Amino acid sequence: MSDEEDDLILSELNDEELVLQMMDDLYDGMKAEIEEGVNILLERKWTPYDILTKSLVEGMAIVGVDFRDGILFVPEVLLAAGAMKGGMAILKPLLIETGAPRLGKMVIGTVKGDIHDIGKNLVGMMMEGAGFEIHDLGINNSLEEYIGALESEGADILGMSALLTTTMPYMKVVIDTLVEQGKRDDYIVLVGGAPLNEEFGKAIGADAYCRDAAVTVETAKELMAKKHNQLSA
Amino acid sequence: MSYTDEQLTTDGLNADTTGARVLLVACGALAREILALIKVNGWTHMDLQCLPANLHLTPEKIPDAIEAMVVNARDTYDDIFVVYADCGTGGLLQTRCDELGVTMAEGPHCYSFFEGNEAFAAHADTEFTAFYLTDFLVRQFDSFVWKPMGLDRHPQLRDMLFGNYEKLVYLAQTNQPDLDTLAEEAAERLGLVYERRYTGYGDLATELAKYA
Repeated sequence: MSDEEDDLILSELNDEELVLQMMDDLYDGMKAEIEEGVNILLERKWTPYDILTKSLVEGMAIVGVDFRDGILFVPEVLLAAGAMKGGMAILKPLLIETGAPRLGKMVIGTVKGDIHDIGKNLVGMMMEGAGFEIHDLGINNSLEEYIGALESEGADILGMSALLTTTMPYMKVVIDTLVEQGKRDDYIVLVGGAPLNEEFGKAIGADAYCRDAAVTVETAKELMAKKHNQLSA
Repeated sequence: MSYTDEQLTTDGLNADTTGARVLLVACGALAREILALIKVNGWTHMDLQCLPANLHLTPEKIPDAIEAMVVNARDTYDDIFVVYADCGTGGLLQTRCDELGVTMAEGPHCYSFFEGNEAFAAHADTEFTAFYLTDFLVRQFDSFVWKPMGLDRHPQLRDMLFGNYEKLVYLAQTNQPDLDTLAEEAAERLGLVYERRYTGYGDLATELAKYA
């Protein structure tokens, strides 16, 4: 980064320049600058929802694309996610106060025997940014924990994540149990994780395999819209 | 045959054909162990070619790389054995090997077949918070773990990446005190409890013996 950029005073930028700069800062994982940018936009009377969607979510989507294309790697994505989290921490209480649109509720967690939660955390954050409510079960979840949370939270979507070839078959156990209990059609089931693929998603009876956080958001929106259409038909 | 761990990580191993009947297509992370087994057992009918070990950082590329190597060599050998476990390909490598008509090693990854697939599976429910290293991975810890995970540049990411792990288990193929020391240092750097477990070559030896 050049000295000129180091000397940038965010508050002196106009809105358009500031949003672009925030996307750059997010890309570079600069948490303090993101927090500063969010506060400046709030002072300029931007709605929390607009700040979230037009700067943070859009910026993170660029990070996601560059990760998928092999331009960015896990460490850089984590730093960007950390920066977004800083901005989200400021916006979240305000979003609740201002009644930002809610698109649905997702229960998410890594499957039994799997402690790898980086992907799951990114998905949770991006879904939240897109307007979904997230109930994060954390790591190592049994089918009882998944199904119990779906019911107690009144969720629309189940998101299961696995990094290991040895743990991913557990997703089928959860889905099969939902089928046995006659609850499968009550929920949209999305699965993801490095060793998974579309064929696996189909084979275990998930609604979709999502290769990354951005795809998860798009898929969730699409399937929620279909669900609403079916209900209103 | 002269090679370094760095070459095995980034370039693999392309040994000259010797007129042997069987080709072992393997991961560079297994080269030393396989060559040791070939030597000690006198398996002179086996040639070894290795893909770069760092393909593990992008497992989705493994099936295509294996296919290219198999197709290139199949007219030269009577039999080809793919010395890869699933290695994070989510079953895609098994599917590809089936399509190519070649056999591959059993198990989810090399940690498993070094310890023995059965023994490894037996503690899968109780040891999923363990991070495993083999001899090769201990020697290449910086290239395989520390740098790709960005910990050389961003040490603050350590707990985000490894916070859910509890211990580092070094599955040792050989008894080398210097590797033991390096593995213990790696555990300390990751903030994990250290455990060493001698495995020898495990199922790798029995799998290769099928081609003896």
